[in-house]
This record gives sequence, structure tokens and C-alpha cells, in this order.
Amino acid sequence: MAEGREAPRPAATVMLAVEDLARHFDVSRPLLQRLLAGEGRRSLKAVDGVSFEIPRGTTLSLVGESGCGKSTVARLVVGLYPPSRGGIRFDGLPLEQARADAAQRRRMQMIFQDPYASLNPRWRVLDIIAEPIRAFGLVSGAAAQRARVAELLTQVGLSPLDGEKFPHEFSGGQRQRISIARALSSHPEFLVCDEPTSALDVSVQAQILNLMKDLQARLGLTYLFISHNLAVVRQVSDQIGVMYLGRLVELAEAETLFTAPRHPYTRALMEAIPDLEMTGRQRIPVGGEVPSPIDPPPGCPFHPRCPLVADRCRREMPLLLPPRSQVGTVVACHAVEEGRDPPPAPAGGDQRIGTTATAL
Amino acid sequence: MPAAAPITGPVLSVRDLRVQFPTRRGVLTALDGVSFDIAPGEVLGVVGESGAGKSMTGAAIIGLLEPPGRIAGGEIRLQGERIDTLPQDRLRRIRGRQIGAIFQDPLTTLNPLYTVGRQLIETMQAHLGLSDREARQRAIGWLEMVGIPAAAQRVDSYPHEFSGGMRQRVVISLALCAEPILVVADEPTTALDVSIQAQIIALLKRLAREKGTAMMLVTHDMGVIAETADRVAVMYAGRVAEIGPVRAVVKAPKHPYSAGLMASIPPLDRKVAHLSGIEGAMPRLSAIPPGCAFNPRCPHVFDRCRHERPELIETGSTRAACWLYDPASEKQAPELLRHG
Ligand SMILES: Nc1ncnc2c1ncn2[C@@H]1O[C@H](COP(=O)(O)OP(=O)(O)OP(=O)(O)O)[C@@H](O)[C@H]1O
Ligand SMILES: Nc1ncnc2c1ncn2[C@@H]1O[C@H](COP(=O)(O)OP(=O)(O)OP(=O)(O)O)[C@@H](O)[C@H]1O
Ligand code: SF4
Ligand code: SF4
Ligand SMILES: [Mg+2]
Ligand SMILES: [Mg+2]
Repeated sequence: MAEGREAPRPAATVMLAVEDLARHFDVSRPLLQRLLAGEGRRSLKAVDGVSFEIPRGTTLSLVGESGCGKSTVARLVVGLYPPSRGGIRFDGLPLEQARADAAQRRRMQMIFQDPYASLNPRWRVLDIIAEPIRAFGLVSGAAAQRARVAELLTQVGLSPLDGEKFPHEFSGGQRQRISIARALSSHPEFLVCDEPTSALDVSVQAQILNLMKDLQARLGLTYLFISHNLAVVRQVSDQIGVMYLGRLVELAEAETLFTAPRHPYTRALMEAIPDLEMTGRQRIPVGGEVPSPIDPPPGCPFHPRCPLVADRCRREMPLLLPPRSQVGTVVACHAVEEGRDPPPAPAGGDQRIGTTATAL
Repeated sequence: MPAAAPITGPVLSVRDLRVQFPTRRGVLTALDGVSFDIAPGEVLGVVGESGAGKSMTGAAIIGLLEPPGRIAGGEIRLQGERIDTLPQDRLRRIRGRQIGAIFQDPLTTLNPLYTVGRQLIETMQAHLGLSDREARQRAIGWLEMVGIPAAAQRVDSYPHEFSGGMRQRVVISLALCAEPILVVADEPTTALDVSIQAQIIALLKRLAREKGTAMMLVTHDMGVIAETADRVAVMYAGRVAEIGPVRAVVKAPKHPYSAGLMASIPPLDRKVAHLSGIEGAMPRLSAIPPGCAFNPRCPHVFDRCRHERPELIETGSTRAACWLYDPASEKQAPELLRHG
């Protein structure tokens, strides 16, 4: 397993360990079209060699451009896709082994990015939320099950009476809360949250984030968290991984990532955060073309857009390494490794104090 | 500017809109007296509590309320012409040509059986009468404009082969490609990273400025609102709680609900132990309290709020549905609210 860059921990403190994880999709056109155009099979490397560990009771967040592979990592981690390469360990067990055992499966749940697609439209909310409770035989008796569902609905800011309704009778954010209640119903210890609050208004979002933090403090839950909203990410994370084109380009303690972002892409993302203060500051979108994941650039995948690009970057893929004089961070960048990047500066600078922010 | 027929009044005018749902347990009123206008080239941001009726307002405007939901009162005018009373087939034509809709849920808008290119091409051909080649060229152009990499290669992909954010961008290009005069956008940038988001917002603003497109932009993202909207409407429990210029509503909200909402925005510059929110939850539609719907959660509640329902009242910088701003009330807005 990935041992190494940080102080070694006893194995049991790591809830999820991902080692050189990859998932490639075949995106070839149909055979006939391929023959006519004289082209071969094409594969899309949605995730390509990602490694991280999440210590029990902590939160690791993944951020990065749309399409960089965050949801694919999430789906791999809960076993919805088989990996093309690499390994996943859940609480010390290989994932296939954990998924084969109902007692282990109960311990991991996922909140999906798309709350519409993940709720069965023909079931009442009560049954949707109770389904894991029944499947794992957690609470017996209809009355006790109802009471548990009522408690969960209240926790996510809905009413126990809402259990009688069907998903289509709810707004987008209300459906997202139903899927959160469902994910919590089996008392999971590890939760994969793919954009759990992006459909919620900020006051309900605050309630849900407070609930998640509270559960973590009381019950030691472990989270893999995905969000475009950097302010939200800052509130919940212990570690943050920045992904670009299927790879991690920076992995750091959360506060370090905000106070001293190192990778040129991480820095560019921070510049692109919208300005709530209405200072008239122009957002600087990350320049250049978003590269195609089917045909990634050689060398460092960020090189066509990078202000620090040098010859070496066009040839050689940078490895995730700790930069000089900075513990707890790993960065995949030649400029950082060579020490020719500008000194780290906090995200956003002071004109952005108190901003919200959407998104990465 | 293209020489469109000179528009004098607002592009969209919504007056006293009521939407109801007959259910087994009686009639639910989801929207109750919603009014606003959107001028040519203007972006109206709509924010508010989850379940407040933002998507419902959008659905009523584009004539896509899901049955048994129905418009029970009020009127909706597009360039002065009533569209809420039109027969389905006429409305469908207007919707395709004059109103572009971006839904909250990208999967229901996209047909999973057709490639994204085919969906764009068919939409443009239905409304703009283009040749096959021209339409395909434009489809690729639209995918590029919304930031899909290698658009020429991916135009023949199916929706499920795209990530969440990429599908969202396809939906955006579908809504814009027929060059509508009104765009109703429900959470258009929620699934997008900040960089793509900046690009989409720039695109929407350019359309508003250059083509005079009017836009209703529903979003939870206050950063997007601050950057894009000219005016903002804050909704709560099926009504407009506050409406006014963006800076006033975001920086110095007058309605206690808007103030609580703005205070709930998580800070970017530090980690806090506990995020501030608004205590309690929005009432269910079947249990809206008498008087002001926000009264059980309001830190400033007083007697009048529990009996009489406030209409929008001039506050100086905005209009807010709150008795604190009625000079005749026994209680007046505290300094904190009055001056932001
Ligand atoms: N089933 C699939 N078949 C083909 N390609 C896929 C499939 N699922 C995902 N992809 C591709 O893999 C890449 C990563 O997708 P993924 O959904 O993981 O992105 P993401 O980081 O979650 O993006 P977003 O922020 O937009 O949700 C994208 O280029 C996407 O088009
Ligand atoms: N088919 C239906 N039957 C009964 N009530 C419904 C139905 N569809 C929606 N509602 C209710 O109407 C209200 C308004 O819903 P709407 O989707 O407009 O909310 P919203 O403001 O868009 O919220 P969100 O921010 O969560 O998307 C909600 O309280 C919802 O529960
Ligand atoms: S390796 Fe080179 S191109 Fe890649 S991020 Fe670092 S400096 Fe830029
Ligand atoms: S009318 Fe009363 S209860 Fe309603 S927002 Fe104003 S002060 Fe609060
Ligand atoms: Mg995703
Ligand atoms: Mg909605």
C-alpha cells in the first residue's frame, strides 16, 4: 500500500486507501464508421493513476475542472465501476472483498451528483429512505422504521410528513436532501459525497454542512467530498486533492492549499473564483484551451495552458513530489520541483475577504 | 445591434401569478401572487429557499408546469402578448423560437438516444431553417462556445458519455442555439467549475448586451448573482420576499429572510467551526402560517406579522414584503437592517 510521503500511520487508521487508480473508457465510434474513417479504437483516460489515503474520521475533497474525473473516482471507490488499473482498500480490505460482504457494504454510502437520477420515481420517500434500513435489517418493525425515517427527514430540514410523497413532488434541493437522508439511513462510516449541496440554497447548505461536521465529530465519519464550491470545500476538508485531466496535480492539507497553493493550475483556479464583493475585479478564467481527455498533451498535461511552461514540461510527465521546504504537500510540477515558481501566496489576496464562492 | 422590432415595454411581465396543485388532501398553492418584469437585455437573478417556487415560476413561464400543477391566477406576457392562456401548440412554437429554457436537471432535457450533435442540429433546423452542413458547423461552434474540448470529435457522443458539467453545457447550448428573446435559466452553472462558469456567464452577459436577450437566472450561487444579475428577486414560500438592484439586495438586504440568506454564505477566506444559517425550516405548502410566511423563523417578528400578510413595500433601496417597512407598523426596521 501507499506508504511513504507522510509519517507512517498504523494501517487501521486509514479508512480508504487508493493506489494508482485508473479507469479508461472505450469511446470508439461504431465499427463501420471507424473503418470508413480509417481510425482505430479510442480510449478516454477518465482517471489515470490516482493515489491518496483518507484517515478515519477525516475528510478529503477532490476539486478540479468539470470532466477531470472526480465523479469517476467516486464511482470507483464505491465499486460502481471496476478499475482499469490499481487498487482500492476499504478499512484495510480490498474493495471487491468489502463489497461482497453486506456488513461492510452498509458502512459505505454515496450521495450522487444528480439527485434526479438516483431516486426511484415510483417509490414513496419513506420507502426510498427506509430501503437501506430494510436491506441491512437495521431496525425491525414498521413503527420503528417510520420513526427512524422521521428522524432522518427532520435532520435534513424536511418534515416527517414528507415521507408519504413521491420524488417528483419535491424541488431540486428537496430531492437532494432526500438522497442525503437515504445515504445516512444505514449509519454509514464512510460517505462519498458528490456535489452534495450544490442544489441547495446557502442557508440549507449551512444546515447540511453543519450536520455532516457534527456527525463526523460525534461518530467519526469519514468523507470523500467533491465540490466546485471552494468556500464549501474550505469549510469541510482536512486534505484537498486538485485533479487535472484524470490525475492529481496537488494534494495538500486543506489550510495549506488555501494559504500556499503551489501548482500553477491550483493557483489559476483560485484566480477564477467569482467576486461576491462586486469590486469590479475581473475573474481570470484559466487561460487556453481545455485539452481533450481522449488526446491529452504529452509531458505535463497542463503545459499548453501553463504560464511557467519550459521545454522539459513538453516532454516529461511531472511526478507528485513534496516541494522544498513545505511539508504535507505533494505537487506534480517541474517548476515547483526546480524551485523556479513564484513564492506561494494565499488564495485570492485580501480584496476578496468574506467572499463566497462557488466553485472551482 | 441587430435591427429587431423596437421593443418598448419589458420582454417578460409576470403579474400576480398563482400556481396550484390539487392533491388528495386539498389544494396546495405553490406560487401566490408573484410579480416581476424583465426588460430587454436585463438579467433578473432569482434566489431563495430550496422549495420556495423558483423552478415553478420558470416552468409556468415556459408553459411546462407538470400536471396536476396549473396556473390558477394572474398573467404572463411576452412582449406584451399573453402567453399563459395560449393553446399548447402555439405555446410550444413560441417556446422553441422565442424562449430558451435551461432546466435544473440536464438529464431530462437531453434525449439519451440521440447524440448531442443531432439534438443541436434538429433544434436549429426546426427554428432557423439551416442546411445540414451549416447546422452541423454551428452545432460544433456552440459546443466550442460553451467550452467543450475537442468539440468536432465529441459532437457525435451520446449524453451519457459526458460528465455532469459537460451535459449541463450541452443543455445551455441547446437553449441558446435558436436565438431566443427570453432565456429562463434554472441553475445553469451549478455543475460547473469556476473557470467554465466564468466563460458561460460571459456568454450569457454578451447575449443580453448584444442581442438584448432578457434573462431570468435562477441560482443558489451568490457569486454568480453578484457578477451577472442587474436585479435580484428573493423568493420565500411561493412569494417574492424582496426585489431590487443586485448590489442593494446582496450587500444590504432589507427583508429579514434575505439578510439571513446572505449571512449563510460560507466564507472563502477562513474555516469556521459552525456555519451560520437560518434556524428552522421553510413551512410545508400545506402549513403556511397566517400573516407573514417567515414569521416563525424571523428574529424581528412582532404582533402584526402573525395576522396580516405583507405586500412588497418600498424600503428606499429595494422593495420588501415586510411590515418593518410600513410606516404605520408599531415596530420599525432596526438600524442593522435599515443600513445594511
Ligand atoms: N460512461 C462513460 N463513457 C465514456 N466516457 C465517460 C463515461 N463517464 C465519464 N466519462 C468521461 O470521463 C471524464 C471524467 O468524467 P467525470 O464524470 O468523472 O468528471 P467530473 O470531474 O465528475 O466532472 P463534473 O465536475 O463535470 O461532474 C469526462 O471526460 C467524461 O466525458
Ligand atoms: N408535483 C408536485 N406536487 C406537489 N407539490 C409540488 C410538486 N412539484 C413541486 N412541488 C412543491 O412546490 C414547491 C416549489 O418547488 P420548486 O421546484 O419551484 O422549488 P425551487 O424554489 O426551485 O427549489 P430548489 O431551489 O430546491 O430547486 C416545493 O415546495 C415543492 O415541494
Ligand atoms: S510541469 Fe511545467 S507545464 Fe506542468 S504545471 Fe509545472 S511548470 Fe507548468
Ligand atoms: S413581516 Fe414580520 S415576520 Fe415577516 S419578515 Fe418582516 S418582521 Fe419578520
Ligand atoms: Mg462529476
Ligand atoms: Mg428548483
